[in-house]
Amino acid sequence: MTIDREKLLDIYTRTMRCARSDEKIRSMLMGGKLAVLYYTYRGQELVSSAMMAALEPSDYLVTTYRGQHDQIAKGVPLDLLYAEIAGKVTGTCKGKGGSMHITHPETGVMVTTGVVGSGLPIANGLALASQNRGDGRVTVTCFGDGATNIGAFHEAMNMAQLYKLPVIFFCQNNRYGEHTAFADHTKVDSIVTRAAAYGMTGVRVDGNDAEAMYTAAKEAVDRARAGEGPTLIEAMCYRMMGHFFGADFSYMPKEHLTEMAAEDPLPRLRKLMLDYQFTEAELDAIVAQIDAEVDAAEQFATDSAFPGPEELRRDVFEAEIAA
Amino acid sequence: MTGKITMVAALNRAIDEAMAEDEGVILLGEDVAAKQGGGVFKVSAGLTEKYGEHRVRSTPISEQAIVGACVGAALAGMRPIAEIMLMNFLTVAMDQIVNHAAKLRFMSGGQTNVPLVIRTTTGVGVGFGGQHSDMLEAWFAHVPGLTIVTPSNPADAQGLMRSAIACNDPVIFIENILCYGITGDAPPAGHRVPLGKAAIAREGSDCSIITYGRTVLDALEVAGQLADEGISVEVIDLRTIAPYDEKTVITSVRKTGRAVVLHEAVKAYGTGAEIAARLSEKLFGELKAPVQRIGGAFSAVPMANVLEQAWIPSKDAIKDAVRTTINWKI
Repeated sequence: MTIDREKLLDIYTRTMRCARSDEKIRSMLMGGKLAVLYYTYRGQELVSSAMMAALEPSDYLVTTYRGQHDQIAKGVPLDLLYAEIAGKVTGTCKGKGGSMHITHPETGVMVTTGVVGSGLPIANGLALASQNRGDGRVTVTCFGDGATNIGAFHEAMNMAQLYKLPVIFFCQNNRYGEHTAFADHTKVDSIVTRAAAYGMTGVRVDGNDAEAMYTAAKEAVDRARAGEGPTLIEAMCYRMMGHFFGADFSYMPKEHLTEMAAEDPLPRLRKLMLDYQFTEAELDAIVAQIDAEVDAAEQFATDSAFPGPEELRRDVFEAEIAA
Repeated sequence: MTGKITMVAALNRAIDEAMAEDEGVILLGEDVAAKQGGGVFKVSAGLTEKYGEHRVRSTPISEQAIVGACVGAALAGMRPIAEIMLMNFLTVAMDQIVNHAAKLRFMSGGQTNVPLVIRTTTGVGVGFGGQHSDMLEAWFAHVPGLTIVTPSNPADAQGLMRSAIACNDPVIFIENILCYGITGDAPPAGHRVPLGKAAIAREGSDCSIITYGRTVLDALEVAGQLADEGISVEVIDLRTIAPYDEKTVITSVRKTGRAVVLHEAVKAYGTGAEIAARLSEKLFGELKAPVQRIGGAFSAVPMANVLEQAWIPSKDAIKDAVRTTINWKI
């Protein structure tokens, strides 16, 4: 046992909230209850949950279109999230953002971007604000392996280290950038080697190992909070489905699928929980409670109204545009 | 405060005042801090000494990182000012400006906002050539959520800068390199010019010239010369290019019945096209002549002085456009 038992339970609860939620959204899409673009994060539930469990609620998060697990793990209420995914006026963003632009400052979710790599420079700014104010907040920015080949990644890494910003670059290396396998888009063996180019601390971790993932996350958070600067974390994981829900992923080789199935974080975490002396009944009770929450969120989203056309004139500027 | 002030000093004063009032006002840009000389054009001179390097941050040459960091700081409630040395370099940071700064308020359903000022310099006439001279305001005017401002005199520079910093949404503040050295009456401390409000730079009754920035000076000179011919020209200085003060423009053209829209930017697809289209939509039966548009030539800005001067809208061209509206026979 390398981490606190209560912390592991926290990670498990967050992970299962992500997992059950993804399953629910996919079933809504399959059943025709939802018709929206959705980037499933199946396989990445644990990496994010362990990272977010190392944060305070007031810490900032910047994530991407494949970021519903990050938002759920950070604490965004499921009912508001589902309503936003469904484009309802009761959603986090009044239905004007959708799944690719979830924002919920109350839980620290400041930006969700649909543009690969664009969150990293913004995360620096949030961290810079914290540094100037001395408010002790840490900013985490999530992205995939594909984002490490866009210019914004390099500009942001350099600036963050230059200013010693309290920011964590959290790369969820799910081994595919859209349809292209990691080795086909990047000639170095790992993302973390790039940290050295900026004089930054870099850590590579098996993201599906809850203990290792949490430990790496906690160390990076402590470093940032202590004013010792940024960290690049490369959390190895798998994207167990296509680029977006419903997308073909026959381009993934059979060996990759086999390897991926063996590394599925959910059974691995369940086994670890039992090793930590949690009982099957305890774990089932947690999942049952989450399922009730998920069902209620579905109902809330389904029953909610769509936004009215007046919303087109609102939030473009501070003052509403005249009709 | 009385006396004269240059545009550079007026901008510096506005930023200084805002920084003194609010710790959240910070500067980021290439070479802006004291160690690097207080900015290539010295707009931030003396500010590091007063407010410290944590508030006046020289950056790497990384426009995406500069604008992105300012977006993030703005989301956290600060009032960052990004200096992007030249307007053409904004194109390197388009994603942060167009996809993020402009849209985050809307996409978040009003939960977040981006009180950011992007200061930038440009201008045709100093031989900087194709990548250091463009007026790209139309690119940004096309994006809902952005406010675009440009002053034509030091007092407006000071007043518009204070309002831009106080604005709770992103503002692109264009400074014409040829105007930095011009002097004008120094406004009092705390002077503000509201965003979205045009100025009538000269009153007239026969034709309205609608323009902004450096070409306001050309329009005023032309108006003076045409007065000798008995033509009374009204000059509207938009000051805020987008969203512009349509009411003042319509009121002026309704009075004169004739309009020339003038800008330094390339004429084709420029902001003048939008204004001319609105004038025809709103005043179709009242116009005494078709709206004339004057702008830069349809080429990259050339380096050779003779070509550059041929590229810029000339004062003769402005005069001819006014005369065309006056002599128009329906």
